[in-house]
Amino acid sequence: MNTQTPLVEMRDMHIAFGGIKAVDHVSVDLYPGEVVGLLGHNGAGKSTLIKMLSGAYRADGGEIFVNGEKAEIHNPRDARRYNIETIYQTLALADNLDAASNLFLGRELVTPVGFVDDDAMEAECRKIMGRLNPNFQKFNDPVSALSGGQRQSVAIARAVYFNARILIMDEPTAALGPHETQMVAELIQQLKSEGIGIFLISHDIHDVMQLCDRASVMKNGKLVGTVDVSDVTDDDLLGMIILGKKPEGVAC
Amino acid sequence: MQNSAKRFFANLGIDLRLMGMIGALVLIWIMFHITTDGRFLTPRNLFNLSVQTASVAVMATGMVFIIVTRHIDLSVGSLLGLLGMVMGAVQAKILPEYLGLGHWSIWIITVFVGIGLGVLIGAFQGWVIGYLTVPAFIVTLGGFLVYRGAAWWVTSGQTVAPLDPTYKLLGGGAEGTLGETLSWALGVLAAIAAVAVMVLSRRTKERHGIRVKPGWAEGTLIGLVVALIVGFTWLMNSYKVPDRAAARIAEARGWDVPDDFTMNHGIAIPVVILLAVAIVMTIISRRTRFGRYVYATGGNPEAAELSGINTRLLTVKIFALMGGLTAIASVIASARLGAVGNDLGTLDELRVIAAAVIGGTALSGGFGTIYGAVIGALIMQSLQSGMAMVGIDAPLQSIVVGMVLVLAVYIDIVYRRRTGS
Repeated sequence: MNTQTPLVEMRDMHIAFGGIKAVDHVSVDLYPGEVVGLLGHNGAGKSTLIKMLSGAYRADGGEIFVNGEKAEIHNPRDARRYNIETIYQTLALADNLDAASNLFLGRELVTPVGFVDDDAMEAECRKIMGRLNPNFQKFNDPVSALSGGQRQSVAIARAVYFNARILIMDEPTAALGPHETQMVAELIQQLKSEGIGIFLISHDIHDVMQLCDRASVMKNGKLVGTVDVSDVTDDDLLGMIILGKKPEGVAC
Repeated sequence: MQNSAKRFFANLGIDLRLMGMIGALVLIWIMFHITTDGRFLTPRNLFNLSVQTASVAVMATGMVFIIVTRHIDLSVGSLLGLLGMVMGAVQAKILPEYLGLGHWSIWIITVFVGIGLGVLIGAFQGWVIGYLTVPAFIVTLGGFLVYRGAAWWVTSGQTVAPLDPTYKLLGGGAEGTLGETLSWALGVLAAIAAVAVMVLSRRTKERHGIRVKPGWAEGTLIGLVVALIVGFTWLMNSYKVPDRAAARIAEARGWDVPDDFTMNHGIAIPVVILLAVAIVMTIISRRTRFGRYVYATGGNPEAAELSGINTRLLTVKIFALMGGLTAIASVIASARLGAVGNDLGTLDELRVIAAAVIGGTALSGGFGTIYGAVIGALIMQSLQSGMAMVGIDAPLQSIVVGMVLVLAVYIDIVYRRRTGS
């Protein structure tokens, strides 16, 4: 269906923890402007798969290609170099620091003499938060003082601010109310139109049906299959998740 | 009433914890001033207090980083002893053989050797903790024993003396001060610098459109800081050097002085060292990436790692810094005594940890300030000196200090729970 070079291609990825094959020879890909859902039960291996892309885990084997070129990703810094940004399920925020410090953590703006430029970072933070979450005002409080939705928007801002080409969202709406979930959905549409590729990890089928172009389903560390969302029904996806059964008459 | 007071301090931008610590300090001082019949709050005693605090306070600034990143360092007292022994041997035994006794460069080389060795040993401990993942508690508990033992081996247990005369000035005493003129120069300079920093920071904030404190609050704060600096300088400059010692110093320096010559101490050199360390450490903690990573790692190690921070290397750097600061503290401690014995720095690790913790550093990680640790050290030393002056027996002193430590941490926990931070 797609003749372009994939933005990301993960081939034959595998990793084991103490003899348990968390991810067992899985291949997935992602094209520009596309949202690919990763579905599966808890422990199916979707987060683990994606952590090999974001540099949090080192794969035991397999290859990652970014824009058709082999990529060496050994740690989160490597991933960031390839413009891969991740919104973790845990959000990965330092609770004792304020929003701006978290936004720029690891990539601080510095003054000409090399000191961190808190004022400039706060100003930038105000700009992007004004776009993502206009109600956000708590710029000088540690993020531990923020609500779940506010914390989420800080984590999202961090991924979006640095011009991600590839965005990984691990359960981005799990902690959110309906209004904020809608905001995330709109954001995904907007990023998509900018040509950013998104991996969306979720176990909410409705999210996936609504937001994704394709869905890759995992079970027990293995890939059940990848389907075009428009070709399948909710029940087809459920069958893949629960039974590991590929729907009939659909190319996987 | 309570609310308006709270708003007043909020406007000033001084947090309640700082107010609490200063309040406790003032309370302790007044209490001892009364029980010692007015001997505590005198220029003489405050001068001594400032000198006695310096060594532990220097180390406490480094301990803040270590505790903030959820580690601990039990080895600093022993390391201080070892480094003191090595520096003693270098200046009293080794260098005089090559350079001749009393050569001008002896103290400089000695200090560099000490700091270099301290950084190396600290970095090694940090490497074992960060890369080999042995818990800091165990590594530094080992270090605690190893360095105390190693200190003995340096001279087979002999006390090293006398130390180089210039080196001894770094420990304070009647001669180891800036003197009146320089003290005033430093005080005025510091006051100007403080005002400049506060005004400039306000301007940058305004330029970025960030809300600033009300003008009156900024003005009050600037006034307070200037008063503190000038007041301290004035106090140190009112401690008179005993006439005979003054005459001796004047003669040694070749001054031509009248018979009724008097001189005052001024700010002690170890205190100048402490202030420099505290300023540099504050800048590191607030204005450098390294400092930012220290706090981020303490707040959420996993998040720091995922943000691309090399937390292992960070651990090495933090412990290396602690080693360097321990060397500086060792210079102050050994120079103050004028000799290095085997027991130099014994129990200092506990004083240092207590100072950092009383100063608001949370053992659960992520929180702690440099000024807090320095004030914590001052509170500890005030208690100890005060009780000694009142004539309380040493065992009872330990009991009181121990209970104060636990009480301080309990108050801190309650405070955190109330403010939800």
